Amino acid sequence: MSRLPVIVTTIVFLLGFAVCGLHFRHFASTRVVADLLTDNAYLGVLAVGMTFVIISGGIDLSVGAVLGFTTVFLALAIGPWGIPAPLAFVLVLALSAGFGAAMGALIQYLDMPPFIVTLAGLFLARGGAFLLSTQSIPVNSPVYAALVGFRLHIPSGGQIPLITMVMLLVFVVCGVLLHFTRFGANVYALGGSRSSATLMGIPVARTTIRVYMLSSLLAGLSGIIFSLYTSSGYSLSGVGNELDAIAAVVIGGTLLSGGVGTLFGSFVGVMIEGLIQTYITFDGNLSSWWAKIVTGALLFAFIAFQQILSGGVLSSLRRTSAPA
Amino acid sequence: MSGAVHTAPGATRRLPRIPRAALPQIIALVAILAIDRAVSPGFFDIRMSGGRLFGSVIDVLNHGAPVAMLSLGMVLVIATGGIDLSVGAVMAISGAVAATLAGEPLAITIGAALLIGLVCGIWNGILVAFLRIQPIVATLILMVAGRGVAQLITGGRILTFSAPGLSWFGGGSVLGVPAAVVVTAGAIVVTGLLVRGTALGLMVEATGGNARASRLAGIETRGMTVAVYAWSGVCAAVAGILAAADILGADANNAGLYLELDAILAVVIGGTSLLGGRFSIGLAVVGALIIQSMNTGILLSGLPAEFNLVVKAVVVLAVLLAQAPRLRRVFARSAAPPKATEPAPARQQGAQP
Repeated sequence: MSRLPVIVTTIVFLLGFAVCGLHFRHFASTRVVADLLTDNAYLGVLAVGMTFVIISGGIDLSVGAVLGFTTVFLALAIGPWGIPAPLAFVLVLALSAGFGAAMGALIQYLDMPPFIVTLAGLFLARGGAFLLSTQSIPVNSPVYAALVGFRLHIPSGGQIPLITMVMLLVFVVCGVLLHFTRFGANVYALGGSRSSATLMGIPVARTTIRVYMLSSLLAGLSGIIFSLYTSSGYSLSGVGNELDAIAAVVIGGTLLSGGVGTLFGSFVGVMIEGLIQTYITFDGNLSSWWAKIVTGALLFAFIAFQQILSGGVLSSLRRTSAPA
Repeated sequence: MSGAVHTAPGATRRLPRIPRAALPQIIALVAILAIDRAVSPGFFDIRMSGGRLFGSVIDVLNHGAPVAMLSLGMVLVIATGGIDLSVGAVMAISGAVAATLAGEPLAITIGAALLIGLVCGIWNGILVAFLRIQPIVATLILMVAGRGVAQLITGGRILTFSAPGLSWFGGGSVLGVPAAVVVTAGAIVVTGLLVRGTALGLMVEATGGNARASRLAGIETRGMTVAVYAWSGVCAAVAGILAAADILGADANNAGLYLELDAILAVVIGGTSLLGGRFSIGLAVVGALIIQSMNTGILLSGLPAEFNLVVKAVVVLAVLLAQAPRLRRVFARSAAPPKATEPAPARQQGAQP
């Protein structure tokens, strides 16, 4: 039963891809698939962190802002500040991990809703990016050129750049972390029922802090990917990406109430969002706003589907139960 | 907060009834206004020009109007234990509709814009009350799709208009008071009378406090839920009209962007618990004024506007710390009689964990 949403999502993606493949010549090629992965690499990494947070029963609104901050920080650090790129990467990852841990600590120790705490985080990170610079800053660094130039060629024209490999690696590593370790089990337990988790002796405080730390860390990594992807830093990059990530996770079958979900589902969710975008690009006549409308419609379809699956609608119509 | 609960139907809300719970917000507003006065000596100067009042304070009211409108709807939604993320997108839609129909008679323009807001609100309400989708998720759908719909209406362009009727909401005035302020004040009074002059407010609070118990007590909780989301949609539509009239154009991309967060913030600053069960319209409006006084103050101080978000974040954190249940308990234990949590000790406590 709990696997069904993921299966449906996967079928929807495959069907969508098949439709696109029939509709457009050259669509079903390794080049399009590779581009689909590459163009959504940063979103994929965001969605991984978001999956952990949502399964734990929380939400993280700050990830888009952390991404934006990271790109500006990197552009300034590597350019004007003269910090070597690898060191800048380490610095920015440490910074975002610390940021996430602080948010997690506030949520845990002050009993505050994650929504509001990470909203403050959004303001702080975006504001910090604005304070650093409001300009779009190009990054000219030999390290960047090398990293961007490094790509794997696959048969019939497709190319897998480094950022895509990183994204796939993040999915695999975090998939193991979520599904095969004690930490992962704790995350599920936390989302299932916080009080039960506490009573069972699960380290709730530590797990909560680590979940937000992981989410921010991955948002920082996503910022690095975005910075490599665009070779620039801009304080407005990543605006609204927290929504895209949440939407991808929900489309991927993760329940926003926590406790249920898979990382694979989120991956497919990201790919579906990417597919919509690619369809619009291929069509050429459709305007970009259709992406938002279709994503919204898909969100609704999947959420309604899950509600029906979990019997929420039926029972609410039958019994006189309370609104959620 | 508690004062509001006890207000009997028909009783006028006199100032002495709100205070105890309202004190922190009032102090915060006065403090921010004082800081504004310090950075800009002419802050409280008001002059009349061309039959309209001008001055920084008027600016605060005028530019604070959209967020005040949004928080007016949001406070009722939050009182039922919900949240409405879609208000920014609904603003964009209603602004787009109003701008598209700007050439028509004013009643049609405004009516259509309000109607679309109402429809959006009812949609949210049905998702929450009948499909039992979590409010955050239910309204997220419209938040994502709504801006796309708005762009669809405007065709992706910034639709400008010059119709005198619609423009009045941006540039007009009543007895010198800017139209946006008049409209918002009117909406606040109407909403206040509606929910506090009748038992409606109590029912909203009951729905948020314990929906099951309320239902057993005979309150139509689902109807209440749909009603508050519908009202939030209408308020967002008014805010959209005001925002469009202010710039004489509908910008589907930027109208109301992140304003849902400001509105939620205003409500939270106003002391309304996100868990639902009680609310204060007056304090939510004070919250909106606090946010706008901050924004205007930063502009007047000559600090770069980029500071805005950082200052806002600091204020949110301060309010969070002041309201944190755990800190309240700690503070109540250490100093029993004075119940008002002061931000200063709260912040010290917050540094420890």
